[in-house]
Amino acid sequence: MLANLFKSSKLSSFNGGVHPPQHKLESTRAPISVLTIKNAQQVFVLPLRQHVGKVSKLLVNVGDHVLKGQLLANADGQMSAAVHAPTSGTIVSVQDQLIPHPSGLPDIAITLQADGEDRWVEHHAMDYRSVSKREVLERLREGGVVGLGGATFPSHVKLREEAKHPVDTLILNGAECEPFITCDDLLMRERAEEIVRGIEIMQYLLNTKECIIGIEDNKPEAAQAMRDAASKSQILIAVVVVPTVYPSGGARQLIKILTGKEAPSGKRSTDIGIQCFNVATAYTVHRLVNHGEPVISRIVTVTGKVARPGNYDVPLGLAVGELVALAGGAVENTEYIMGGPMMGFTLPSNHVPVVKAMNCIIVGKPEIFPEPPPAMPCIRCARCADACPVSLQPQELYWFAKSDNFEKARDYKLFDCIECGCCTYVCPSNIPLVQYYRYAKSEIIALDKAKQAADIARERNEFRLHRIEREKQERAQKHAQKAAGAKTESAKLEAAPADAATKAEEAKKAALAAAIERAKVQKAEIAPKNTEEVSPQIQADIAAIEARRAEAGLAEVAPQDENN
Amino acid sequence: MIGLAVLLGMVLGYAALKFKVDGDPLVARIDAILPQTQCGQCGFPGCKPYATAIANGEADINQCPPGGDAGVHALADLLGVEYKPLNAENGVPKPKSVAVIDENICIGCTLCIQACPVDAILGAAKHMHTVIASECTGCELCLAPCPVDCIAMLPIAESPDNWKWKYPVFEIKVVNS
Repeated sequence: MLANLFKSSKLSSFNGGVHPPQHKLESTRAPISVLTIKNAQQVFVLPLRQHVGKVSKLLVNVGDHVLKGQLLANADGQMSAAVHAPTSGTIVSVQDQLIPHPSGLPDIAITLQADGEDRWVEHHAMDYRSVSKREVLERLREGGVVGLGGATFPSHVKLREEAKHPVDTLILNGAECEPFITCDDLLMRERAEEIVRGIEIMQYLLNTKECIIGIEDNKPEAAQAMRDAASKSQILIAVVVVPTVYPSGGARQLIKILTGKEAPSGKRSTDIGIQCFNVATAYTVHRLVNHGEPVISRIVTVTGKVARPGNYDVPLGLAVGELVALAGGAVENTEYIMGGPMMGFTLPSNHVPVVKAMNCIIVGKPEIFPEPPPAMPCIRCARCADACPVSLQPQELYWFAKSDNFEKARDYKLFDCIECGCCTYVCPSNIPLVQYYRYAKSEIIALDKAKQAADIARERNEFRLHRIEREKQERAQKHAQKAAGAKTESAKLEAAPADAATKAEEAKKAALAAAIERAKVQKAEIAPKNTEEVSPQIQADIAAIEARRAEAGLAEVAPQDENN
Repeated sequence: MIGLAVLLGMVLGYAALKFKVDGDPLVARIDAILPQTQCGQCGFPGCKPYATAIANGEADINQCPPGGDAGVHALADLLGVEYKPLNAENGVPKPKSVAVIDENICIGCTLCIQACPVDAILGAAKHMHTVIASECTGCELCLAPCPVDCIAMLPIAESPDNWKWKYPVFEIKVVNS
């Protein structure tokens, strides 16, 4: 009912857009083929940065044996996502390896060698309605759920219910507007029910009133499958078919088409009460919450110069070359595009691993997309402005970016550019406009970072100078205090000595006197008392003894003894 | 008329007191352009003293190698003077680097800690020192005082984190006529 309402009257549209050749039929003929791992020597490379935000924290060591679905690296903080083992095996190395990134620079990655058993770690479903929402979000964070539309933004951050920005509309992006890519189309055709289960979880977490799935009208089977699945759901989900125009799958563009609302420049869609997810993300949310399976595989469209173009459910970490070989494509002497022809980039090597952001591999870039003729000067035809889905002035931005006039480029809202490539596509002079915008954006970001660093350095330098000054003052103060303290002390000493000396002498004299007194007393005590005041009888005895001693010739000796 | 003049005079006088600007705004604006490396290559003991010297007309605008050509242009724009190429006497611009201490050789003398203008070196006497890479401005002031030459300046390597999209260039193909 709601769907019909939208279909009939409410559909809006955005400015511009283009209609490049679709090339979707090639890869939609076969159903999704699920790749299973039986080869015991199969090697998987798992970069620790497969998402927007901080690099994940490594939890395993080289030589560890791990099971399928085991957590290898956990999310570092809120803006991060976890990495899991795609199969059971042994950790062979943790080192810098080439990753699918336009820079072609290596980044830290885990290498896992399969043991061929493909044995699952213990995992279990979660009854998300019986636990707190925080627990569900924590599971999403640990389960490595990120936006699979290509931006790989950690989903748990987007699914937090925030009082400041209540979300009343949940939009599921099934537009898949870029040519060649069909992974979401096939996913919706074959696993519609599971996507709807995932949407139910998202709706529960965000507590939204409205839920809309937007699908381009070039995918009637997918739209039908989603409608059937949505009608069986307990919540009201509207499936809305939108006209095919590139880039209707851009989040802001799809929001504009479905609701007519536009998030202002520099603001998020949540500021106007809308949150948008890719349908494949909803599928992974369902697998994680209702089955306990973390994100260890994704559906990749392999198309272009291959014998069996189609969609493959690939374990993450498999080398792209091996995947292409399975699809019957050349591995050497060719180039691959990751993503679509409008926004994708050429892979630095054909042996980089499949990552969460990889939705499509186009094999044979040189043959399918020959080098464009050399760029001619801009003739100011403004066709790019007509095509720009964000209503920017691409020709102006081009001038500013080309002449390094970054401030002006910022003023002309360079950062609202979604790099969709419509301007480059329509440019009659073949100017690679988006390349200029990307250049200007990364230069501005680098300048802003340098400015921040300079501000911090200034603050630290000023603080240091302030600290040195303070320390100097403190030292001076201490010195002054010490000097003052010493003065008072010496003054006291000068005043005191006289009486101190007399006191000491008096004490000495007193002690001396006391000692003399004691000696006198002692002397008196030890003097023999039997020689004086004796009775006449004893006196007579003494005289008689003395007389006898004199007679014996001792008289002379005795007085001598007495004297001594 | 006189009344009006007195009134306006009072308003201006009040405004001069009320909205008094602390410090020299020109120095602050010049300082904002300087890269805050605090390296002293300009001949002044830091970015702020150099900014003050420029504001007072005591120094030229082309004495800051870390600021590079873009810095000289920005200063020329701000001060309304002619652009001059960097003065080679003050040094040449180098790729941004950070100091790294070889911790096996460090003897813990604390001389580098005292030299660092932004307190980016951590350590204590007779204990190994280390550089806080995120705070290091790459000024090289710690190199000279080190008695055992254990500090090296390493250019910041390009990684997917700080990688920048390049300016589009087109190969010119040789056409045989």
